[in-house]
Amino acid sequence: MNIDLSKDELAFQEEVRQFFAEHYPEDIRRKRNEGITLSRDDMIRWQKLLNERGWFAVNWPVEYGGTGWTPVQKYIFANEMAAINAPPLVAFGVKMVAPIIYTYGSEDQKQRFLPDILASNVWWCQGYSEPGSGSDLASLKTRADRNGDHYIVNGTKTWTTLGQHADWIFCLVRTSSDVARRQEGISFLLIDMKTPGVSVRPIITIEGDHEVNEVHFEDVRVPVENLVGEEGKGWTYGKVLLQHERTNIAGVANSQYRLDRLKEKTAQAIHGGKPLLEDRNFVRKLSALEIELKALEFTELRTLASVAVGAAPGPESSLLKIRGTEVQQSLDALMMEAAGYYALPYIPAQYDLDFPDDNRIGFGTETSTSLRYFNNRKASIYGGSNEIQKNIIAKHVLGL
Amino acid sequence: MDFSLNEEQSMLADSIARFIDTDYDFETRQKIVAGDRSLSENMWRTFAELGWTAVPFSEEDGGLGGGPIELMLMMEQFGRGLVVEPFLANIVLAGGVLRRVADSQQKARWMGPLIEGELQAALAFAEPQARFDLSDIATTAVREGDNYLLNGRKTMVLNGGAASLLVVPARTAGNQSEESGITLFAVPAESSGVTVAAYPTVDSLQAADIKLENVAIAEDCVLGTVDEGYATLCDVINEATLAVAAEAVGIMQTMHDKTVEYSKSRIQFGVPIGTFQALQHRMVDTMTECEQSRSLMYWCVMLNQAQDVSARRTVSALKYQVGTAGIKVAREAVQIHGGMGVTWELDIAHYFKRITAIDLMFGNADYHLDRFSDLPVNS
Ligand SMILES: Cc1cc2nc3c(=O)[nH]c(=O)nc-3n(C[C@H](O)[C@H](O)[C@H](O)COP(=O)(O)OP(=O)(O)OC[C@H]3O[C@@H](n4cnc5c(N)ncnc54)[C@H](O)[C@@H]3O)c2cc1C
Repeated sequence: MNIDLSKDELAFQEEVRQFFAEHYPEDIRRKRNEGITLSRDDMIRWQKLLNERGWFAVNWPVEYGGTGWTPVQKYIFANEMAAINAPPLVAFGVKMVAPIIYTYGSEDQKQRFLPDILASNVWWCQGYSEPGSGSDLASLKTRADRNGDHYIVNGTKTWTTLGQHADWIFCLVRTSSDVARRQEGISFLLIDMKTPGVSVRPIITIEGDHEVNEVHFEDVRVPVENLVGEEGKGWTYGKVLLQHERTNIAGVANSQYRLDRLKEKTAQAIHGGKPLLEDRNFVRKLSALEIELKALEFTELRTLASVAVGAAPGPESSLLKIRGTEVQQSLDALMMEAAGYYALPYIPAQYDLDFPDDNRIGFGTETSTSLRYFNNRKASIYGGSNEIQKNIIAKHVLGL
Repeated sequence: MDFSLNEEQSMLADSIARFIDTDYDFETRQKIVAGDRSLSENMWRTFAELGWTAVPFSEEDGGLGGGPIELMLMMEQFGRGLVVEPFLANIVLAGGVLRRVADSQQKARWMGPLIEGELQAALAFAEPQARFDLSDIATTAVREGDNYLLNGRKTMVLNGGAASLLVVPARTAGNQSEESGITLFAVPAESSGVTVAAYPTVDSLQAADIKLENVAIAEDCVLGTVDEGYATLCDVINEATLAVAAEAVGIMQTMHDKTVEYSKSRIQFGVPIGTFQALQHRMVDTMTECEQSRSLMYWCVMLNQAQDVSARRTVSALKYQVGTAGIKVAREAVQIHGGMGVTWELDIAHYFKRITAIDLMFGNADYHLDRFSDLPVNS
């Protein structure tokens, strides 16, 4: 056991810092720091920039364009990304569907889809949940009926994050109901959103933003070559993907960044008052959270280390999802406390690029803390709710 | 000791409950929130016609002489109905100051119209630097000839955008956080030097940041005694704290009830989600929190009604309770609703936002736990 970074690792860290110092776009930095929503183009530009350096598809096998980094390198990279407050990568392509395609897809599919994901030419979204099938995903009803060399897809997917931007959607669909276990009738299908019969309707979330959608399929014709792997195996593939999603959700480095900023901010006095960080109640809560987060960081490092010698992340990834989202939500709440009354004005337009500075309410971005706080109640619900994660651990880890 | 309500009190609670069930459903509320002016003006007129705006004022002032019990009954119903009408800002806050210290001329000028529902008012108690400290007032009022000149900034002034009367605490003497030296002024919003930046709040109320630059206020607009406004301010905020805490109890109960209902109808894994013990225990916990909060609320209101020496401390106990247990109930409600719980479309999200805002109003749970700890038992 040894906590020091090796000489090579330090050199790597320096290289990453150097690159970010030179290439992190100033306008994106400004938007991130001022809480301004990034456009679709901003996100794509940033991803393309990372890809040009070869640092976008961090976890992919090298043969498809991955980095081949050790867990420690990945950890360093994630921390450096967080340290510059880099935009989170849109996970659906690079972190979700790509691993399914390079693991279970055909040679043809790999060539068709992976390069465009790598280059962020195509935006993907995730079509799993349905109005009647959330936690009980295996009950999903969207049908894909074989008709010659096409599937005819009918049904409704919901909660589709950023579906309004998407070019393609990966779906779990029912290809057969004539099976012993309902999971066996589920297949993994890739669908071009421009196909006739696909329509997208916005769902507005609690803080008033348009982030999720309902996606309808009416007699949508999907070529059979868009089926990934075998018919009826979609459930197995999807589960693997969900485990990737779960480690992804923990967001340790980002939480650390936010905690550090909160500390910095509350150390400053406002107009001659006492800094909030000198308030014993507040500082104790902040410290407790810092301790929890440190533990989580090392739990994640341990998981990464075992993944490096084994295979895909196992059910233990559920633990990271649960605790990671709990920490995020506690941080959100603490930021609300710190903002005080300035958490309450509801002025989303203040986070548009052209909002006049003179009209700003608050000292900085306090009025955005509530937007984030309310929105992020989702964290314990999506990606498999935290209750479902506990069920998974109970069953598959504890054998109950 | 008696928990029962008298006849007038029952009637008051029933009439508001009926109004909410028939005339103030969530859809109507959302129309008001979306900016339907005539609908909200109508609502406020109705509030006045039904006599609700008169409840806390004394009979000789043209009111109904209600006290903490009536306030609790009303606010709990307003919480249940997620009412956005400015009862708190007009009647409890601005009206609370007027009713306590206004002279007869001032009452005729402002309080009468307020009770009639014709005047909109606000109390500008918060300043940007002050956090929850009511005595931290940097706004100054300097005597100049027959007038006072007011300078300073106020934030989160509830109803500040609509108000034509602003009740403004300002410093006529002393240092920034001193309790003495604070004077309450009635400031007409159209006075020159008043700049109002109005905005909606996350819980769909209306508020404003207000700048005062050399605002000249006549002497007859001083409310109460010069330099001695702090005690009044504390009394009013104490009552307002009780009011929002009662509102929070109404919200908690509603969120809990709706969640239990939802858990009986939402099917996953072939059964209602309410059959999962992991959720059942949590709903039993939220029920317990609702009952505990209601108990504290009755204790608090009874002691306030009796004007007991520890009345103020009990308000802090209650506010702490709804800021902790209340938030817990609200979070569970959202969580158990799954994705639906975080949609704009469903009322649950809006109850959640309101109770979150209530925790921050007039001091959060930490602030009130400190106050409860620090106040002597007999104070
Ligand atoms: C903002 C947001 C973004 C999302 N993005 C996507 C996306 O891009 N693509 C996609 O496919 N999906 C997405 N989802 C959907 C998400 O995965 C589901 O919301 C989630 O699986 C929960 O399903 P549900 O909302 O139907 O809740 P339900 O399944 O109805 O659950 C309601 C409550 O019951 C609990 N519960 C259910 N079953 C059990 C049990 N057996 N034991 C104990 N408790 C139980 C749940 O934990 C929850 O608290 C998103 C959701 C949100 C809120």
